[in-house]
Amino acid sequence: MKLLINLLISAPELFQKGKFPLLVVFVFLGIIFVYFIEKAKKGGELFIRKIPGLEALDDAIGRSAEMGRPVVYLPGLVGLNSITTIASLGILRKVARKAAEYGVELIMPNADPLVMTTAQEVVKEAYLDAGRPDLYNPNNIIYLTSDQFGFTAGADGIIMREKPGAVFLQGYFYAESLILAETAFSVGAIQIAGTTATTQLPFFIAACDYTLIGEEMLAASAYLSREPILLGSLKAEDLAKAVIMVFLIMAILLKTFGIIDLSFLLEIK
Amino acid sequence: MRKEVPLLITILTALIVILAFFLTPLAQTQQILLRWYAIIGGFAMFVGVWNLLKKHVFQVSRGKNTFYSLVLVLGFFMTFAFGIYSIVKYKDAFYINSPFMFNFNYVLAPLQSTMFSLLAFFMASAAFRAFRIRRLEAALLLFAASIVMLGRVPAGYALWHKLPLIAEWIMKIPSMAVQRGIGIGITLGAVGMSLRIILGIERPYLR
Amino acid sequence: MNVHVTRRIVYLVVALAVIMPMLFLKGKPVTVSEPVSNAFQAIDTLKEGSYILISTDYGPGTMPEVNPMVYAIVRHAFRKNLKVVYLSVIDALGLALGDQVIKNVAQEYGKEYGKDFVNLGFKPGAEAVIVSLGKEIRDIFPEDVRGVPLDSMEITRNIHNLKDFAIVVDFASGYGITAWIRYAQARFGVFLVGCVTAVMGPENYPYLDSGQLKGLVAGLKGAAEYETLLGKPAIATRGMPAQSAVHILIIVLIVIGNILYLLEKRKRK
Repeated sequence: MKLLINLLISAPELFQKGKFPLLVVFVFLGIIFVYFIEKAKKGGELFIRKIPGLEALDDAIGRSAEMGRPVVYLPGLVGLNSITTIASLGILRKVARKAAEYGVELIMPNADPLVMTTAQEVVKEAYLDAGRPDLYNPNNIIYLTSDQFGFTAGADGIIMREKPGAVFLQGYFYAESLILAETAFSVGAIQIAGTTATTQLPFFIAACDYTLIGEEMLAASAYLSREPILLGSLKAEDLAKAVIMVFLIMAILLKTFGIIDLSFLLEIK
Repeated sequence: MRKEVPLLITILTALIVILAFFLTPLAQTQQILLRWYAIIGGFAMFVGVWNLLKKHVFQVSRGKNTFYSLVLVLGFFMTFAFGIYSIVKYKDAFYINSPFMFNFNYVLAPLQSTMFSLLAFFMASAAFRAFRIRRLEAALLLFAASIVMLGRVPAGYALWHKLPLIAEWIMKIPSMAVQRGIGIGITLGAVGMSLRIILGIERPYLR
Repeated sequence: MNVHVTRRIVYLVVALAVIMPMLFLKGKPVTVSEPVSNAFQAIDTLKEGSYILISTDYGPGTMPEVNPMVYAIVRHAFRKNLKVVYLSVIDALGLALGDQVIKNVAQEYGKEYGKDFVNLGFKPGAEAVIVSLGKEIRDIFPEDVRGVPLDSMEITRNIHNLKDFAIVVDFASGYGITAWIRYAQARFGVFLVGCVTAVMGPENYPYLDSGQLKGLVAGLKGAAEYETLLGKPAIATRGMPAQSAVHILIIVLIVIGNILYLLEKRKRK
């Protein structure tokens, strides 16, 4: 009660006025998301372009099954506080389910203990969904070290010893990305990478067979599940991007011809 | 309950953080939650270390991959012992003459630097096997990359004094524009994914 | 030729391209780019006795690339008789590395701990630490790394938050620079210079362009440029011949690879 009274008394300072434009953007994004999700719930075809890296997922695991080799999944170096890692867990679920269906061993070294614990649950559930809980081996989902190059050395060692048929590099990587990709290539594995780390994208694109670039990885769960609600949210993202593009072009033209000064937007804190 | 409680925690925490961003009285909340996450992460380290040691001690006892597992277990306990000894003797594990810093300077740092240096070799082998001019875009990319690679080293200036300026222009204008574009796309993707998680319609960490 | 043999030949040639110039060539002063020049000016224009905050957010893996930058900038700071306060918000090992460099340079310039420079230590939780530094340093660092209260040291007696620092320099090989830009520069308006690994350079140009970074030093070349401006060529300048050789080698390898690819394509036809 005291807190509520204090809040009311301090009402003029309750809201940080400098962030009002951000609130407008947030509300706009929220509205279009809810609109497209509701539209998707009502049915109707939602077109989404092909993402080659995700289309190749089944083939990669199938190839490993034919060769009698395991699949290695690397979730990156960052913990669960990163949206990229959460997106990676969504892809892991699909990979684990396919691996269970094909009877392929899934090995997953981790650089974060929280990610390892969550991944163990995700993989266990995936194996259960596929009807093969007997194949689940928690000793295959291990914590190596949080140290960047210690993890790289450990993951490289696993790849060299186990000689997987497919290596998935899905997550946020730093300088070790090329080391991992080239090691996977050297054992003849097919590599499917995905990251939001713009600094590592060029290396993955050059070295890997398939690469999910930035938001393709974040859209993976929706793409793989094909659930209308999730696809609806992708449509909302596309509309938001189109609106941003229009505003950017307008702002560039206005500023170039000196019609209006938009530098007040830089005052947003 | 197994699904509902984690979802409720996710939604409530997200709402609190969003409100904290806009409302002054809640401004400290984000900091508090970040500290909680750091504390939980610290305890989670015990889980990871236990998992690691369990696996390798088991391997040593079974006589499977004994050598490397033994190196790992011994290295772990040795570093731990050095750290404890350094804290007891010097009150600071990072004291310059401590055994812990000796281990860091002469074992860990050189090993890590060596792993990083592997990048040079892998970059060369990736360049040799993968950079193929299959299309016009690939040719343009390689041309720009060559200009930047030469412009960023003294040899480029020796070849043509204007090369560093062209390289700097490529970094400042087209490269930066693309970085911004990809960055906006990734941010929107992250916003979309975050909203899906907050609304509970996507839960990759749950069933 | 077998792909594995070819790879080994490439590795051998790269090794020679690095070792031979390092052994036989000294390196000369290099041309200076605008971002490095801006970074240099940002420090050079400070008055004697101004405070500089250094954050050493890198690890042992990137030490060979980042340490030369630390040496150059700390030499500049001590030469200008600035008060150096350093810490780490990302990596305790980075603090240990930075500490060694700063103490070595302090000895060169006859600087005294507690009067001319101080080590605040490392605290985990980058964002929370930076926000606390923006409000009151003593909330998060009541003492220095040796346990001496800040109020009892000449150098820290009168500083309370980020606004008391004329400049903040972050040495980062990962997330550190983003945290400082988002939480220190955006919230508290600090004067920020970024010193990052070469691969992170392009990613930070947008912040340079928007003015959030006042200067950017990227990679060994950036360190060599800073040494040139200081008039004190050191390890980074000595590494330039090797870097030149490897860059040229990679271009040659790309050309050879494409020639072989075209010949093979013609053979198949």
